[in-house]
Amino acid sequence: MSIRLLTQDEDGSSTAPDEAGDGGVARMMVRVFAQNRLALVGLGIVVLIVLFCFIGPLLYHTNQVTTNPYQVTKPPSSEHPLGTDELGYDILGRLMVAGQSSLEVGLAAAALASLLGTAWGAVSGYFGGWIDAIMMRMVDALLAIPPLLLVLLLASIITPSVPVLILVIGLVSWLITARLVRGDALLLTTREYVQAARLVGASQRRIVTRHIVANVIGTVIVQTTFEVANAILLLATLGFLGLGPPPPAANWGGMLTDGLNYVYDGYWWLIYPAGVAIVLTVVGFNFIGDALRDSLEVRLQER
Amino acid sequence: MISFVARRLSQSVVVVIAVTLIVFVIIHLLPGGPAAALLGERATPAQIHTFIVENGYDKPIWSQYLTYLGQLLRGNLGYSFAYNESVSSLLGQALPKSALLVGLAVIVAVVLAIPIGMLQAVQRNRLVDYLLTGLAFIGYSMPTFWLGLLLILGLSVSLRIFPAEGPQGATVGAVLQQPLALALPVMTLAIVMLALFSRFVRSSAIENLVQDYVRTARAKGVPEATIIRHHVLRNSLTPIITLFGLSLPSVLSGGIVVESLFNYPGMGLLFWKGATTHDYPLLMGFTVVVGVATVIGNLLADLAYGFADPRIRLRSRRRR
Repeated sequence: MSIRLLTQDEDGSSTAPDEAGDGGVARMMVRVFAQNRLALVGLGIVVLIVLFCFIGPLLYHTNQVTTNPYQVTKPPSSEHPLGTDELGYDILGRLMVAGQSSLEVGLAAAALASLLGTAWGAVSGYFGGWIDAIMMRMVDALLAIPPLLLVLLLASIITPSVPVLILVIGLVSWLITARLVRGDALLLTTREYVQAARLVGASQRRIVTRHIVANVIGTVIVQTTFEVANAILLLATLGFLGLGPPPPAANWGGMLTDGLNYVYDGYWWLIYPAGVAIVLTVVGFNFIGDALRDSLEVRLQER
Repeated sequence: MISFVARRLSQSVVVVIAVTLIVFVIIHLLPGGPAAALLGERATPAQIHTFIVENGYDKPIWSQYLTYLGQLLRGNLGYSFAYNESVSSLLGQALPKSALLVGLAVIVAVVLAIPIGMLQAVQRNRLVDYLLTGLAFIGYSMPTFWLGLLLILGLSVSLRIFPAEGPQGATVGAVLQQPLALALPVMTLAIVMLALFSRFVRSSAIENLVQDYVRTARAKGVPEATIIRHHVLRNSLTPIITLFGLSLPSVLSGGIVVESLFNYPGMGLLFWKGATTHDYPLLMGFTVVVGVATVIGNLLADLAYGFADPRIRLRSRRRR
């Protein structure tokens, strides 16, 4: 896994929560993509990768189930545009199949992480006091353990499959979201309309879901985009370390492990394609996240 | 200052306890519970029963946790059945080598990140800045192991400058005997950190460039180079202290990948082997140690930062 830090404010305390009332998140996103070149490039990359992985196999038929001992580690040719791997799978076709699981795990894990993080942060920030202290110290403790360590630990306990990997990666990725949402929720709780809702007798559940969560959606969407990128990287690392989904399932990280075995033979086609696919996908999501965050911040400054 | 130190200290103690609690919960989540975790997969039912009674696993859960905490406090991290050695002794052998690798990489990264980040800040939104920003973006979107593979392919297999395997010495001294072999692992880790650190220096320098004291200095005719060196650079370096503390967990996970890629005999390699052989005591022991080390690292970074920059102390007091 590559080294990543939160570039956003550590505990999210300085970003004032935005009110979803004026225009809403959807309109904001449309505007961002229309105005920001970086976002558009990112979106373009992601769309292309999705098409490549999910539509590609319909147009480019390869056998990704049975091995072919006669076609092992062949360099690129007209028959196999990106060559074959050590089991005789066509690499171009394998990239598509592996990409499907990478994208599925990345998106689902990020969604899970965002749900968990938002709920945790909103509750913690809304109630404050000792509940907040306990909940945030738990987050601090989990943040102290590198996600890769936790994921390796969990993946060695439970045999990895796609659903297990989604769960495991999701469970280590919600912490930053929780912190950001909690920071916003702390401020929102002091707003007049939340006070008013409380006076009118709205239930705490209603206040948290309708007034707190609804107003942190922007922050959450930005963070989710980054989490997708992180989850894809984490999955690739797990796959590379041999703890990805077991065969016949393929993943980009696992494809690179095979490449490592042949690195001395200079079999570059085992190393470049899968790596480029990972980097492109991660860069794409990071571009989108960066652009969304910038526009969110600009919008807050304008106010 | 004293209340700031006391508060951060007490918070850290709570977090350390929470770290042990998390690991404790994971032990109990294991299929078969702690007995299976600590005795291994091939333990017989009789062995498991003896173990449960001997180690008090039939007692209430809170008393079990206290026992576990007591063992940790006495430095008993468990016993690795894959290596047939105590976890603390394995850790003692591997830790210095990992510290050497990570330490060298951090030094290289910081030494390069400061001039690069400053250059970007001064040349903000010009071609150089865009190019370096693009490179940094790719740098931290790149899986560490792939970067390592590319370096092996380029510098080791094609150009034959560095060996593709890390040094294999048993001690730090022996590792230092093979400086060439150390080059690629250090380079891999350093490049990833550089991407991150230079971004940090850049944004912190940009913030300082618009401060009033910079404007005042410019107004009284101080040469731009002097302003950059005295006013901007010095103030931009303080945040790096925090960065050290914050990046500790990610550096350690980068270490796992780099060490297993280059077969470098440090903590990361040990942890990875532990994960593939289901050596739970090793994994648990390491997780606790890394978690505690991170908390201490963050604490020291915060305190050093609070010491270096009084504004931080005041801000954190107001937030309470």
